[in-house]
Amino acid sequence: MIKLGAVYLLAGLMFAGFSAFSAFDQANPKRFGNTAFWGLVSLSFLAGDRLGDMGNGVLVLALAALSGLGLLGRGQPATTSPAERLALAQRFGARLFAPALVLPIVVGVGVLVLKPVTFGGQPLMDPKQATLISLALAVILALAVALTLLRQPLTSPLQEGRRLVDTIGWAVLLPQFLAALGAVFAAAGVGKVIGDLATAYLPLDTRAAAVSVYCLGMAAFTMVMGNAFAAFPVLTGGIALPILVGRFGADPAVVASIGMLSGFCGTLMTPLAANFNLVPPALLEIPDRYAVIKAQIPTALLMLATNTVLMYVLAFRH
Amino acid sequence: MLILLGVAVVIVGFAVRLNPLLVVVAAAIVTGLLAGLPLPAVIAAFGKAFNDNRFVSVAYLVLPLVGVIERAGVREQAARVIAGLKGVSVGRLLISYMALREITTAVGLVSIAGQAQTIRPLVAPMAEAAAAAQDPDLAPETVHRIRAMAAATDNVAVFFSEDIFVAIGSVLLMVGFLASSHIVMDPLRLSLWAIPTAVAAFVIHTVRLILFDRRLRPKTGAEAKA
Repeated sequence: MIKLGAVYLLAGLMFAGFSAFSAFDQANPKRFGNTAFWGLVSLSFLAGDRLGDMGNGVLVLALAALSGLGLLGRGQPATTSPAERLALAQRFGARLFAPALVLPIVVGVGVLVLKPVTFGGQPLMDPKQATLISLALAVILALAVALTLLRQPLTSPLQEGRRLVDTIGWAVLLPQFLAALGAVFAAAGVGKVIGDLATAYLPLDTRAAAVSVYCLGMAAFTMVMGNAFAAFPVLTGGIALPILVGRFGADPAVVASIGMLSGFCGTLMTPLAANFNLVPPALLEIPDRYAVIKAQIPTALLMLATNTVLMYVLAFRH
Repeated sequence: MLILLGVAVVIVGFAVRLNPLLVVVAAAIVTGLLAGLPLPAVIAAFGKAFNDNRFVSVAYLVLPLVGVIERAGVREQAARVIAGLKGVSVGRLLISYMALREITTAVGLVSIAGQAQTIRPLVAPMAEAAAAAQDPDLAPETVHRIRAMAAATDNVAVFFSEDIFVAIGSVLLMVGFLASSHIVMDPLRLSLWAIPTAVAAFVIHTVRLILFDRRLRPKTGAEAKA
């Protein structure tokens, strides 16, 4: 059975490659900072389970220190010039899209077809991790297609990957850092304190007020925690089930479903949802790190109002 | 109450744009100390949580692929395709992308597209090319706004349609939480009630994209006259 460990091995090797190529990059004055940073990420993927909790803690502190002290530069791997790329585009034409199409097709086949496949009672891949395993398989196949069809050098996946990973910089690890912070918040009971405050001080005496408090609360709480999944149990257990369902007789399916989607409105507006909101500006080379959040706020606020109205109208149909 | 200081550290740290990795570590240490853990235990707890969440960073496996096809000219080709079409605008392009993304996500194919593998190499260059077809000298700020809108459109499409698929994490979390509160819930009913929001999101963001197009257009008209 293919497990998540195989995917971590692949990721660890990829980051090891970024680290090694960084060390030889004369054009980057901070090249040893990059070597150390990507090397530590590689170590985490390859040996994280053997480092122990304290070892991992020190690794995380070292990563934060490297980035916080500004020791991370931007590598300059030799790549094609804009003019060369235009010429290549004219030569290859639509063939350029083939690798980009292989990726979603293989992911789709993996998730829909390969996931249920078993060999002698053993599943082909760990069903809980089918998406990530399919993604890793898809990347390997798509890279093989890209290298052969577009005749790219064998070192190009690591060199070009390094070019992009250095474009994103420290933001690469922010989503994982925030997920870890969420775990610390949960263990310390931060969610429960906020939930208790909300239920103690907010008006919940009419249907409209309770629906509004729950929907707005889901969005606000998600913004603070960075994740609707952390907000959902606290506010649904604190407000939605006892008051909306218990006292006012709302349909729990409508309440839960639209409540979660109200939380997603908060996700669109918070820098704590880094993989959606802060990594893309880095990836797209937009100088303002909050540019994507700013583009999302009008849609998010309109959707929050819409969700509140939808819940009020749909939850009390009978 | 005092435990919320950790949250305050995050809000202030992000607001004044300190290095986010340092802000997160500081917030974790403050929260852990206030919860009564000694410093080494806080560091170990944060290290364990970091290690447990490695799957979050697996998505970067697509970077080598994206880089290789960029090296071979995929962004230029994406722009050429758009330049060869008549009547394409940033808004119409992103509306079509949003429709495609919502439909595939609703059937469970969330990870077939994304910011790294789709927006950067394909959609953003296409959107820029569509804008450049109407105004060849786009200001850098306009280019940045177009890119940000492309990224935002992917997020909006995914967030508000993923719950239509039954076997997605958030639906399973709701079923599990409701079960622990003694409410037996068919996940299909949760998915069903996600549909009105998905439709509303498509309509609202479509209107915004049409308005976005209009804001791009009059400026180019005025400049052409000047």
